[in-house]
Parts: sequence; structure tokens; C-alpha cells
Amino acid sequence: MTNLNHRTVDALRINHGELLRNWAADMEANTSQAALKAGELQQQMTEFLRLFVRGVEAGSPGSLATGEWSEMRHFLEKLSYNWAVMGVDSQETAAFIFSLKRPVMVLLQREFGDEALFFVEQLWVVSEFIDVLAMHTISTFQKSREAVIKRQQEELLELSTPVVKLWDGILALPMIGTLDSQRTQVVMESLLQRIVDTGSQIAIIDIIGVPTVDTLVAQHLLKTVTAIRLMGADCIISGVRPQIAQTIVHLGLDLQGIVTKANLADALALALARTGLSVGRAS
Amino acid sequence: MNSVRSGSHPVRLEQDVVLARQAVRKLAQECGLRLVDQTKLVTAVSELARNTVVYGGGGEMDWEVLEDGPRKGIRLVFRDEGPGIADLKLALTDGWTSGGGLGLGLTGARRLVDEFDIASTPGVGTRVTIVRWN
Ligand SMILES: Nc1ncnc2c1ncn2[C@@H]1O[C@H](COP(=O)(O)OP(=O)(O)OP(=O)(O)O)[C@@H](O)[C@H]1O
Ligand SMILES: [Mg+2]
Repeated sequence: MTNLNHRTVDALRINHGELLRNWAADMEANTSQAALKAGELQQQMTEFLRLFVRGVEAGSPGSLATGEWSEMRHFLEKLSYNWAVMGVDSQETAAFIFSLKRPVMVLLQREFGDEALFFVEQLWVVSEFIDVLAMHTISTFQKSREAVIKRQQEELLELSTPVVKLWDGILALPMIGTLDSQRTQVVMESLLQRIVDTGSQIAIIDIIGVPTVDTLVAQHLLKTVTAIRLMGADCIISGVRPQIAQTIVHLGLDLQGIVTKANLADALALALARTGLSVGRAS
Repeated sequence: MNSVRSGSHPVRLEQDVVLARQAVRKLAQECGLRLVDQTKLVTAVSELARNTVVYGGGGEMDWEVLEDGPRKGIRLVFRDEGPGIADLKLALTDGWTSGGGLGLGLTGARRLVDEFDIASTPGVGTRVTIVRWN
């Protein structure tokens, strides 16, 4: 990436107050900025421009790793993190930086408009600089947002799935929703703990509320069943709907002698029988 | 055979696997697939999308609704620019895994759909195409 000519750098520094005003006016006209307070935005723009002018005085931003530009990088990372947490969307975040292009162009046009070649060349270089900054901002914004989503997921996990006592010695675990690996882990641990706490002999895992049983879900189920058996208890899987049963066969899953039942009632009947109990009508 | 509609979904995070499944379930319903066929297709999507995330380092799922006379179908392409698969024959062996899975994702997906095609170049990426007709 080439550096800016010193005349352009001077123009940016000398006119940076005007740049800021025009940029602010554009931002106000073009974006809703619902999540951002006007004062906060103004402050970020002022800081951004200050660091931008300092940066271009030193040279091209390259990968933003070195020297004068690293402060800009930290600033952008903090900004995108804060905005991600505040719920500003990615478009608005990108617009924040890209919208600097127009006021810069207006300024350079006024200063160098009669030197067409020089003007176009400098405009191209500034434009490249701004792209680098925007790309970096968007990629950290994306990462921050993923981190936010992950945290929310973990918070949800703590709600956990109930382990229900159906009878003395019989526990049921109704699984509902997507069995992504983390949640399954939590659910499995709480089931194992409850088996120990209650001294249960049979656990019924009900998967009627699980929309997709793929190899990952199957692997979790197999591990859970193995752990339950190692603890000396038994396991029944219920809620295996016909379409799921067919899919399991095609996938090639081998449920290794796991007892499965179409519904929870059948599973309970089997569990009662196994514990030597029977249910009859009182006469 | 005509392509009626098409589109694309990002498949980068674990989260996207869920979204891809939901999107395909909706398409499958619109194409009039029976419940069991919907389930088969969605399960294949789950396998291939997860491979794209886990092994391919993320990619895209392109979808297309097809019409061939009275028949309707869905074509899905899972593509990534990850490390690729050096030995396709091995990867397409029941029970073979490089990552502690069950090694049934690719072969299982192949059994769950009507058409299955995989192309992979080490260092370039992987592309799996499946079609399911109603
Ligand atoms: N998109 C991909 N890019 C690179 N390698 C892949 C890709 N998809 C599959 N593979 C390789 O092929 C192997 C077999 O995949 P397959 O989905 O059949 O099994 P798995 O993912 O290991 O286990 P699971 O049964 O849980 O799916 C994987 O272990 C991996 O090495
Ligand atoms: Mg797999």
C-alpha cells in the first residue's frame, strides 16, 4: 500500500475540524443510530479522526499492527466490541467508517480539484486506508457479536432440563430442542448426579421433543447410556417417532442394544415391570 | 429440469447448523416432501453442515428448488475452502473419522438422499452436492 502525499496529509490535518463537521452532518442525515447516543457518537468520531490524522502522518496502515496505527486498531476493537454489546448492527458499524469517504472526497476535490491525476490518485489511496480500517472493524465486530451470542447461550444453559422422578427408582429426562454439544453435556451431568442422589435403577430419556437425531446427537445419547450403565443403572430411550426411527436406520446408527420405546407411557410400563412393580385397576 | 428458486446461507458457526436445518425443513415442506423424507433430508443437512463448520472451517450452503415435470426437488451444495479431504474413499467409509466422531456423517447422508456427489481438493476445499426429490 502506498503512502499519502504530504500535501494530502497536511490538507487532512489542517481541515480536520471541517471534516468532522461534514462527517457528523452526513451521519446524522443517513443513519438512524437508534442504539447510540448523539454525544457518544460525536466523541467516537472526534477520536477516530484524531487517530486517523496521526496515522496518515506516519504512513499507510498496512495491517494496523505497527507504530502509529496500533492505537487506531485498539480504538476500533474497543468500539466494535462496545457496539456489538449495545446491539448496534453490523451495517451501522460499517457505515460509521465508510461514511468518512464522502467528506474526505469533498475536501480533496476542493484542495486538488484542478490537478485531476493527483486528486484521483490520492483519493484512491485514502479510500484504501479507510477500507482497511472498516474491514478490521467489521471483523472484530463479528467476533465480538459471536462472543455475545455464546455468552447468552451459556446463560440459557443454566436453565437446564429438569430431571423428573416418575416413581421410586425411576427417573425421566424429557429432552426438548436442539441437542448441541454443550447443552447435552450439562443435561447428562445433571441426570447422572440425580441417579446417584436418588439411588435410581432406571433412567428414561425421552427424545420426543428433539427435532433431529443425527450422528452427534446419537453419540451423546450413546455416551450417556454407557455412563448410566457403568453406574449400575439401566436406560430406556423413549419418544422415538417413526420418521426418526427410519432415519436412524439409514444413517447406519447402531444403538447397541439400547431399549427404545415409541412413547413415555410404554417406557414407564417397561420400567415398572423391570423393578418388579405392576399397575392394575383397583377393584 | 428447471431451477425455480435459489439462495444461499452462511454455514460458519455451530449456530448456523441449526439455522440451515430450519431453512431446509421449510423448503422441504414447501416442496411437499413427506414427513419421513423431510426428516431424512434435514438429518443429511445436519451432517453436511456440521462437517462444513467442524472440518471445513466454515462455508456456505446453496439451495435450489428444482422442477422436473410434476416432480419437485431440492438441491443443496455445501462448500468450504478448508483443508479438503486427501483420501475420499477413506472418508466415505462407514465408521471412519479423523475427529472422534462416529464416522457416519458422509455415508449416512449419502444413504438419506437421492443424489450425492462429493468433490474435494486438498488445500482448496470441499463441495458436497445432494438432491432429494418428492
Ligand atoms: N468439509 C470437510 N472438509 C474436510 N474434511 C472433511 C469434511 N467433511 C468430512 N471430512 C473428513 O471426512 C471424515 C468423515 O466425515 P463424516 O462426517 O463421515 O464423519 P465424522 O464427521 O468424523 O463423524 P460423524 O459421524 O459425527 O459425522 C471426517 O472425519 C473428516 O476427516
Ligand atoms: Mg460428520
